[in-house]
Amino acid sequence: MEMTNEIIQQKLTEKFGDQITEWAEPYGMLTFTAPKDLNLKLMTFLFDEMNFRFLTDLTAVHYPDRANEELAVVYHLHNLVENVRLRMKVFTPVAQPDVYTASGLFSSANWQEREAFDFYGVNFVGHPDLRRILNVDEMDYFPLRKEFPLEDQTRIDKDDDMFGR
Amino acid sequence: MSRPVRFNIKEKDVQNWGINMVDSPDGITGEGFFATSFDKVVGLARKNSIWPLPFATSCCGIEFMATMGSHYDLSRFGSERVGFSPRQCDLLMVMGTIAKKMGPIVKQVYLQMAEPRWVLAVGACASSGGIFDTYSVLQGIDQVVPVDVYVPGCPPRPEAIIDGFMKIQDLVHNESLRRRNGDKYKLLLESYGIQ
Repeated sequence: MEMTNEIIQQKLTEKFGDQITEWAEPYGMLTFTAPKDLNLKLMTFLFDEMNFRFLTDLTAVHYPDRANEELAVVYHLHNLVENVRLRMKVFTPVAQPDVYTASGLFSSANWQEREAFDFYGVNFVGHPDLRRILNVDEMDYFPLRKEFPLEDQTRIDKDDDMFGR
Repeated sequence: MSRPVRFNIKEKDVQNWGINMVDSPDGITGEGFFATSFDKVVGLARKNSIWPLPFATSCCGIEFMATMGSHYDLSRFGSERVGFSPRQCDLLMVMGTIAKKMGPIVKQVYLQMAEPRWVLAVGACASSGGIFDTYSVLQGIDQVVPVDVYVPGCPPRPEAIIDGFMKIQDLVHNESLRRRNGDKYKLLLESYGIQ
């Protein structure tokens, strides 16, 4: 039986009920949102029962307008047997950005979670080595959160009028 | 009738081709001796045998490759020998964007060079961060090491790099032998946390 988006949605709804929300299919890719405490259970289910065994991408997004769930962690999973992909999101408040780590399930999540921590400050609970991966270690902020402008705020030699700040 | 092709018909005046020689410094000449001040001779020798250390990280490095190539030929200025060990080199040529994470490495390379040493910042990125006014890019290598000459451009043409190099040569030529022991120089290094 071919694994279509409808079948995946049906199976997930059977297992997790209405905890999974915001179903969508942008450009044919099944997308849904899960409660953040459920992310490991859901991924384990997808891994074991539905053969989603490849973590294509893991990153974070900052939505400053979504009150109390400002940070999204996005997982892209791939079923290599059926060649089906899906996208899973969990949201967490920026004040307490704790999300369970997926590095126990996917070893590749280790560095990708470090990257998400580096740029967005998502605290992956249970990660074996959660420290900055790309930016300098001395950096004391998370540069891709929206409250930080792109330009380096520490420099004093550029005239604000001339550089359009 | 085909056009006759003739080569090597033009007489060459090989005797008077002339090789560019560096002028000797001011001094007193007599029979069998020449007297001048020591720092002029040292400056002259250093100026015409600068060993550059290319620290090329991006597109300015490509321009440097053209500068070293036969068309522009930096060797004409006595810099035939490009060294890839900082311990042998006199001139650190930083060409390209230096990310903040790269900053300590630039500084380490600078520290490994023996005195006297000079630094040439080639291009907008090495000089000021250039268009990369962002959280990850060092806003000019003068944040971590003292720079002698800045070459503007994005990237600068080989002519501009040569011009910057000749400015370095002027600095080397006219530098007092006592400069590197002076208080001013020590203060400069201390402002970068060196020694």
